Amino acid sequence: MPSFALDGQEIVFKPGQTILEASIAAGHYIPHLCWHPKLSPHGSCKLCTVQVNGRLCSACTFPAADGQEVISASEELRQLRLRLTQMLFVEGNHFCPSCEASGQCELQAMGYYLGMTDGHFPHFFPRREIDASHPEVLLDRDRCIFCELCVRASRAEGKNVFELAGRGIHTRLVVNSPSGRLGDSALQAQDLAARVCPVGAIVLKETAFRVPIGRRRYDHKTIAEVSLEQEAPLVRAHWQEANHE
Amino acid sequence: MTERYRYLETASQPKTLRRVAIDPVTRVEGHGKVTLLLDEGNRIHQARLHIVEFRGFEKFIQGRPYFEVPVLVQRLCGICPVSHLLAAAKAVDRIVGAECIPPSAEKLRRLLHYGQVLQSHALHFFHLASPDLLFGFDSPTSKRNILELLREERFRDLALKGIKLRKFGQEVIRAVIGKRIHGTGPIPGGMNKHLTDEDRRHLEADLPWVLAWAEEGLELVRRIYLAEPDFHLRFGLIRSPFLALVRSDGGHELYDGRIRVKGEDGRLLFDQVPDSDYLRLLREQVKSWSYMKFPYLAALGPEDGWYRVGPLARINACDFIDTPKAEAARREFMQLNSGFPIQASLAYHEARMIEILHCAEKIQQLLADPDLYAGELVASGTMGSEGIGVIEAPRGTLIHHYQIDEDGLIQRANLIVSTTHNNTAMNEAIRQVAAEYLDGQELTEELLSRIEIAIRAYDPCLSCATHALGQMPLWVELQDVRGNRLQRLVRHSDGTVEAR
Repeated sequence: MPSFALDGQEIVFKPGQTILEASIAAGHYIPHLCWHPKLSPHGSCKLCTVQVNGRLCSACTFPAADGQEVISASEELRQLRLRLTQMLFVEGNHFCPSCEASGQCELQAMGYYLGMTDGHFPHFFPRREIDASHPEVLLDRDRCIFCELCVRASRAEGKNVFELAGRGIHTRLVVNSPSGRLGDSALQAQDLAARVCPVGAIVLKETAFRVPIGRRRYDHKTIAEVSLEQEAPLVRAHWQEANHE
Repeated sequence: MTERYRYLETASQPKTLRRVAIDPVTRVEGHGKVTLLLDEGNRIHQARLHIVEFRGFEKFIQGRPYFEVPVLVQRLCGICPVSHLLAAAKAVDRIVGAECIPPSAEKLRRLLHYGQVLQSHALHFFHLASPDLLFGFDSPTSKRNILELLREERFRDLALKGIKLRKFGQEVIRAVIGKRIHGTGPIPGGMNKHLTDEDRRHLEADLPWVLAWAEEGLELVRRIYLAEPDFHLRFGLIRSPFLALVRSDGGHELYDGRIRVKGEDGRLLFDQVPDSDYLRLLREQVKSWSYMKFPYLAALGPEDGWYRVGPLARINACDFIDTPKAEAARREFMQLNSGFPIQASLAYHEARMIEILHCAEKIQQLLADPDLYAGELVASGTMGSEGIGVIEAPRGTLIHHYQIDEDGLIQRANLIVSTTHNNTAMNEAIRQVAAEYLDGQELTEELLSRIEIAIRAYDPCLSCATHALGQMPLWVELQDVRGNRLQRLVRHSDGTVEAR
């Protein structure tokens, strides 16, 4: 079986797997925000940046190859990921104290995981529109990190409800409906697109604040532990199915 | 009731007078200052309590979803966040048409609230107020703090008990909403979890000493008060009606009731007013020298309609307390003025200690109630567009009022916070102290501290109370690096802006 070395440990992989998939399936966490085991990789958040044979690459899109030397757990990369996470915080309006996703938010959990204690950069305080027109789903653009998980999920579901529009600092999440409002779109609360948001940008109204403190996803576990518990089995199952096919 | 000392609100010739400031007022929550204007003979011509900080919650929650509001507005305060959480949750219950929430949810909220009132009162009395009472009003001000109490052998045990009493209240809060400060639990129409058996065991283990120490604390205040009854009755003595929520049978109430206003002579001026009618009952006045508004009873007008809220108002206004030890204490307390409302500012301390005892008794009752551990948690109803939630916070009646748009986003919010109700009362109390004890005297730090003692009796939370936007008078000044004024913009209380 082909293999590569991740921080000195041998990772056996299946041909076609990315470095991130192979590492997580083997029980080794690499930080990530825009990657989801059920959706195509995107390579935009750059949290999964690793050194492959000395070169910086996104582990979620870079194919695993036999004999690669991959470094993920270095202080240099932790610093890089920390700065990226801080940028994500200051580019939006992330007020954790009143956010429904607090304790369940991947961005917040990533901040804790990387030892983030401040925003480092000046806050942008962008003005973004909230869309509460959908009876079951709230779209709070203040918290969007442009990971496009909802875009990809909705595309995979054949609805194409979400898209990113604009460029640079003017980038914003838009809704594909005649009025541009979520309430006039084809989105339903049970769609993956309504449930895949890693932060609190897309919130199910009915269940807001229903999970008590102490039972939230990251109350007792780090994002690494949760990822390996919940995402690793999905990756393994996916590749087992792919092999049978 | 016209303010007897109102003549000290505004001096006729302020520019000719010497200004003395107590800035900041210490051992209160939030930031405020007192200014005194004196003539050459140290005669006082003006005394004002200014609230100098500014919050703006009413404005910046506009556009947020209604279900987020309770969690958001609890950040108004780190001392009584539960009161804001619950007042907003009650308003949101009404928005979603779930005015009657399941018994389990209501009892959990009540338990939460009793824990909150207990810890807040304990914080105020033991950490903030007791050093004045125990060391004496003429003792060095540098000595009057909880650390000095802990250093003194004779007070150490008492101070430690106070700290532990507060901790117990916070543990009750943690058990119900997951964190001692700023947790989550109340949701539209109910609560998100029951209490666990483990929490029950943990809290019940501490209850015997909590009850004993609550009684000890009450006894201590009574002893101090009765050691010099004339002085304590006279100090900061002002006369006003009292406003509080009461039960439908007139009983003492903290979580949910109807509004009663009892006059100075004990007559009921208003009774069983639905809390949703607060706008008909109350108005607010703005004064150019404070960020805190001055509420008054609409029927009596801004001059005569001021009143007081808080522990003393609740004890004065109610007909009885529904727990035996607190009721016995209330009866004894009311004898201080032969059954008529007690007016002394310092009487707030004893009323506060009666409520600590009451909360401890209620917590004991509730922990034995099976509804806390099982049963329906959430009710639903027909969505509306407006909700009013009123609760008795530790410092008094707390009003939250929200209107939403068709998408469920907050369009308008009105918060009348407990401390705000007592604004006129605190100003009148410091004017009384200034007139009775400072007028004509050579001012010393200890004399000035008497002003603070009068304010402290009301346990004001100034950071909670200053959040209005719109018509609030405001000065914005642009200065160069040397502090020279380059430009000043003044917004008057009528909303007009002027460049000066």
